[in-house]
Amino acid sequence: MTDLSRRHLLRAGAAAGGGLLLSFSLPFGSQAATAFAPNAYVRVGEDGSIVLTMPYVEMGQGTYTAIPMLIAEELEVGLGQVQLEHAPPDEKTYGNPLLAGVQATGGSTAIMASWQPLRQAGAVARTLLVAAAAKRWNVEPASCRAEKGEVVHPPTGRRLKYGAVAADAARMPVPKDVPLKDPKDFKLIGTPAKRLDAPAKVNGTAVYGIDVRPHGVKIATLTQSPVFGGKLKSVDDTAAKAVKGVRQIVRLDDCVAVVADHMGAAKKGLAALKIEWDEGPHARLTTADVARDLEQATLNAGPVAENIGDAAKALESAATKVDATYQVPFLAHATMEPMNCTVHVAKDRCEVWVGTQVAARAQAAAAKVTGLPLEKVVLHNHLIGGGFGRRLEVDGVTRAVQIAQKVDGPVKVVWTREEDIQHDMYRPYWFDRLSAGLDETGKPVAWNHRFAGSSVVARWLPPGFNNGLDPDSIEGAAKFIYGLPNKHVEYLRVEPPGVPTAFWRSVGPSHTIFVVESFMDELAAAAKQDPVAYRLALLDKTPRTKAVLTLAAEKAGWGQALPAGIGRGVSVQNVFGSHLAQVAEVEVAKDGTVRVRRVVAAIDCGIVINPDTVRAQIESATIFGISAALYGEITVKDGRVEQSNFDTYRVLRLDEAPKIEVHIVQSGDAPGGMGEPGTSAIVPAIANAIFAATGKRLRKMPIDSELLKRPA
Amino acid sequence: MAYSVKINGKTYNVDVDGDTPLLWVLRDVLGMIGTKFGCGIAQCGACTVHVDGAATRSCVTPVESLNGSAITTIEAIGATAAGAKVQKAWLDREVVQCGYCQSGQIMAAAALLAANPKPTDSDIDDAMSGNICRCGTYGRIREAIKQAAQPATQSKGG
Repeated sequence: MTDLSRRHLLRAGAAAGGGLLLSFSLPFGSQAATAFAPNAYVRVGEDGSIVLTMPYVEMGQGTYTAIPMLIAEELEVGLGQVQLEHAPPDEKTYGNPLLAGVQATGGSTAIMASWQPLRQAGAVARTLLVAAAAKRWNVEPASCRAEKGEVVHPPTGRRLKYGAVAADAARMPVPKDVPLKDPKDFKLIGTPAKRLDAPAKVNGTAVYGIDVRPHGVKIATLTQSPVFGGKLKSVDDTAAKAVKGVRQIVRLDDCVAVVADHMGAAKKGLAALKIEWDEGPHARLTTADVARDLEQATLNAGPVAENIGDAAKALESAATKVDATYQVPFLAHATMEPMNCTVHVAKDRCEVWVGTQVAARAQAAAAKVTGLPLEKVVLHNHLIGGGFGRRLEVDGVTRAVQIAQKVDGPVKVVWTREEDIQHDMYRPYWFDRLSAGLDETGKPVAWNHRFAGSSVVARWLPPGFNNGLDPDSIEGAAKFIYGLPNKHVEYLRVEPPGVPTAFWRSVGPSHTIFVVESFMDELAAAAKQDPVAYRLALLDKTPRTKAVLTLAAEKAGWGQALPAGIGRGVSVQNVFGSHLAQVAEVEVAKDGTVRVRRVVAAIDCGIVINPDTVRAQIESATIFGISAALYGEITVKDGRVEQSNFDTYRVLRLDEAPKIEVHIVQSGDAPGGMGEPGTSAIVPAIANAIFAATGKRLRKMPIDSELLKRPA
Repeated sequence: MAYSVKINGKTYNVDVDGDTPLLWVLRDVLGMIGTKFGCGIAQCGACTVHVDGAATRSCVTPVESLNGSAITTIEAIGATAAGAKVQKAWLDREVVQCGYCQSGQIMAAAALLAANPKPTDSDIDDAMSGNICRCGTYGRIREAIKQAAQPATQSKGG
């Protein structure tokens, strides 16, 4: 078992408002010594405490409620009886089986990965507790049952709390597998449980990485080379040092940090620095260069992601041909909690406080910079104020440790919003070339799709990149939902010079679904057919997908008349293991301004753990996608990112948010992922709605309102 | 120089430059971490506090401008009638996701309701559109404000 004193506990207890109180407590200490811990997820103390260790981090997606539900369902405890703690960095124990064993929260995988093993963890613990009680009573375990944290012997009415039998249970051999409940007996799974993290988040006591305050901590903020790949040439810090509260200026190869008593002084000091940069090889880079490279790349053949039949031949003999190119931009994550990391480097030890989606990688990054062995790096993980893939990267940890090495005592490094946006790692830019052929009835008989862009997987998980392909880049493009007789898909990995890329909410499908669902809409238009009916005719082999499309269309009133300037658009997909259809109702004003008025979603994500979380994630992912469709774009000029804060990197606000209706299909299939599908689905639904409203097809994101202006 | 700042009913003396934004006095000097940093230029609302009852972006409010004003933060908003109703509605409606912006959202909503007990949709738009939520909880924020605006007897069970 890992060193419990290193963990921060999140205590959940009944609160006056009927919710649960979640807060940090002091390290756990001696309680653990006598605890019953049959696996890495469940620990029952003799004091009655029931502690669940969370292998996936909470960043808004509701995993700190859904994961406890899986365990508690089989453990037979109420959610009000459990305390939660963040898992320590430990890849062997907490590695994500769906992400090649990396201890990572991402890709909408947590529930898919946990569905069997974490119910099993709860069931094993319950079985042992029941057996321990039965032994004490000298009765058959089968004559006992567990409920609400107690073992009960109904024939005699005897009861024992879990804590009372924890020590006995700890001495029993741990069974490998025990039977799991029949889904019809679920008490928690499928019910709308209240979020365990909510109370602390409405009263200001929730602790994110940016909130930690180790004794004596100083605050630093930084400026990194504004040009990608540039180096620090010189810095005049005379004025900065004179700022009240500024303690130290730290120089690194490509970065300057100001260490101060508080962030106000650090920022003021930073503004007073006179810095000269050696701008390096990318000093003249622009987005247009990147786009041109990608476009050029798609003129040549690339690795084949999928081939069915003979698309080239079928295209030649097609009655109608449709060609198009598509582009999607670089995007920043712009998490509400700016990047930050607190570090204390001592001679033989390093302590790191951060909110990360990859705890073990964060620990390893600190070990690499300091040269310390892993066990000398103590990592405290925290609640995350927005991940969206940004905190699957450890560049921020590396940077903070580099700075902390030059600081005496703990230092909290906080990125300004400008630094956060201009030194993000971006959703890749993609360029796509498509050609399709329709027969006399309008049915697609040939589909050719070739696209170029960065492979995040190739850097993030090199073994996942094989023969020029990676599963993320092609998800949604290869092996998609539609049954087509002739299909050919190629992907070319082309890395942009200088611009770092990373996963971004809905990852590969954030690109592929926009392209595929927009182009399918083009084919329907070329065939002069209804976009929903056209898709339904191609979905016979994927009944779950077909069903969500039918449901979304019906609930949205598909086909009903709309006023001029308003259109409905549809998209449908099966990515992250979930089937989702969305209908967007969009208004295009005379000046070209686009407003999403209403979104109707139908989702089949298999067995639902927490229905309110499914709704919340569709709402959330949809808003995230609307921000990207309407405004999201990172552009590069002179090697620098042109956007810097929420005034130039605009995101959707409350007055712009549409009504979102979510319809959940009842399903007995294994659960799929829910954190991301809504983001990939909404973007083409909006573009298709704009086409319906205006007849204009937008093949490049974000939406350019200039193209939609109507004459006065 | 030292400034005297009145926060949640208590007076604190802080020795910082006068142009230091209140946000950093709260978070870094006094350790009141419920108020969040989001943008530093009054674009996102994560740092919203009340200055004499008015929703104010603390990231652009110099400490020297306070002149004895009463500051209320998320740590104490539950002690006000509007704040308590807002917090309850936030829980009832399951508003939060990552939660990072929610201190600011709650402070903005509490100021709205204290000044305008029956806000229209348009009033809610005006009061809340300065607060960004990247998790997109806007629909639930609107519902929660409407719930909090109901008389207490009708708000039970949402």
